[in-house]
Amino acid sequence: MTRLVPMAALLALAACGSGQKVDPMQQVGPHPYLPKPAEELVADIGVAKVVGWKQGEAPTVPAGFKIEAMATGLTSPRNVLALANGDVLVVESQRVGSEPVDRPKDPIRDFIMSIAHGGGGADTAGGGGPPQRITLLRDADGDGKAELKTVLLDHLNSPFGIAVLGDQLYVANTDALMRYPFTPGQTKITAPGQRVVELPGGLIDHHWTKSLAVSPDGSKLYVGVGSNSNIQERGPEAETNRAAIWEVDAKTGAYRVFASGLRNPNGLTFYPGSNTLWAVINERDELGPNLVPDYMTSVKDGAFYGWPYSYYGQHVDPRVRPQRPDLVKTAIPPDYALSSHVAPLGLAFYTGSSFPAGYNGGAFVGEHGSWNRKSYNGYQVVFIRFANGQPVGKPIPFVTGFIGPDKLDRGRPVGVAIDRTGALIVADDTGNTVWRVSYAGGAPKPTA
Amino acid sequence: MANSFVGPRGRVGVAGHPYSSLILPVPIVCFVGALLTDIAYVNSGGNLQWLNFSSWLLAAGLAFGAIAGILALIDLARLRELRSHWGWSAFGLLVASLVVEFINSLIHARDGWTAVVPTGLMLSAIAALLVLTYGWAWHESRYTPEVRS
Repeated sequence: MTRLVPMAALLALAACGSGQKVDPMQQVGPHPYLPKPAEELVADIGVAKVVGWKQGEAPTVPAGFKIEAMATGLTSPRNVLALANGDVLVVESQRVGSEPVDRPKDPIRDFIMSIAHGGGGADTAGGGGPPQRITLLRDADGDGKAELKTVLLDHLNSPFGIAVLGDQLYVANTDALMRYPFTPGQTKITAPGQRVVELPGGLIDHHWTKSLAVSPDGSKLYVGVGSNSNIQERGPEAETNRAAIWEVDAKTGAYRVFASGLRNPNGLTFYPGSNTLWAVINERDELGPNLVPDYMTSVKDGAFYGWPYSYYGQHVDPRVRPQRPDLVKTAIPPDYALSSHVAPLGLAFYTGSSFPAGYNGGAFVGEHGSWNRKSYNGYQVVFIRFANGQPVGKPIPFVTGFIGPDKLDRGRPVGVAIDRTGALIVADDTGNTVWRVSYAGGAPKPTA
Repeated sequence: MANSFVGPRGRVGVAGHPYSSLILPVPIVCFVGALLTDIAYVNSGGNLQWLNFSSWLLAAGLAFGAIAGILALIDLARLRELRSHWGWSAFGLLVASLVVEFINSLIHARDGWTAVVPTGLMLSAIAALLVLTYGWAWHESRYTPEVRS
């Protein structure tokens, strides 16, 4: 009978749950509340089944704003780039294949993730296989809907970040940064690409999205390279030059690690009129539904932000061995928490002039949405006001309604951009839509 | 001492050989093995090979342990002479080790050090003890009560 005692104690422990009672709003801003880690017996999981948008359905925007589908029938649109001539480039992309199985847990996790990503909508142009292309949308008559939807560039390798610099289109595939000759207005790229630099891809390629930004002077490119695991459970060798932002010389392709310890950095963007690079970062999972808050931060040259050894500065992660107190000592906290597991993947600063004045210089963040908590978090585009180049107040839900009242998933926001007219463009990868939010007048200023 | 024992005829088996000689050792090897690989993980200071090794041993031990449990139940239902103190104890010990190792496999699904230290290692030790006792009791149950006197 005595042998049953430890078992009973353990079951009682499991029944207690995480004990993390935290309002997501306690975990936003510069000083988020961080509860104790709570590794549960079965990780807190909540993924919504994808049903897509029915005819006439659309996300919700604040009073005074108008949202319309700029283009539908896309396949997994993940990122958007608005060009000065009004064209919008859409990156339709998915990872190829699944990660190698190291443990019995791996196929189970992959299965859960596949629920949350849906099956894709429109058939791919090439017939079958994940989309690997950049589609050009052109709204020549300015009615908010794209009359022209054409494939600009196809047969890429899980692309995510794109940028135009001079007469070149830079594309961050998951395994290489490429450039193609490109003149805005062009609707088809046939020239072969040139490889600028190889990026960490490989068989595992856990966080595969490579975000991309150009320095204000056009000399450097910045590439977000996510980690190959949650907290280095694939071993330290798999993480070489990952969980980092690379600085790449645009001409030569020479690179260095610009900042590290950033688990999965995306949405790389320079603050308008400054030399400060910002990014949104997906923090670690499986420490409970309210750890660790994802964040938005300015990225300092040479800084170490903790991953995998610590989070939010010097909060040590108990799971990582061997420990590195020497590195933890150097870890700095990020600027602004977005709350736990919201999965920010897109960031755009408001540089237009058609939204009310309070939006100027503020940040729109595309939150793809949580899986590691039963009650959903994220699944929206939030707005964060900026003053003097720093975020102020709390994030305000701006584009919402991606999860319906029936708890089913209509879509999930990813990349965001501001177009020539000052409208907000949102890539919705499970809704297979690109949304455009414009100002129709009469909205109050954002308050936070 | 000439012991007579139940089977192989009458027991669930393959070509006349009772399953117990084929399947019974698998959960024993796996669960004792998982304890050893857990110890290796701790001693290595976190070499993930050992954690992965433990996870697979737990999965294999659970799968074959479940098969062994079902077959044992069929034997117990069909053969009155197995329904002894030893037979039921063996079955109970097997089920207990499977329950512990199921919980343990959830613990081992964590990423990194806390997948083993301290709960995983503790459960591996408890289950190894249970499964060894199970093997011993099941062997005892093969002897008919008469010859045990």
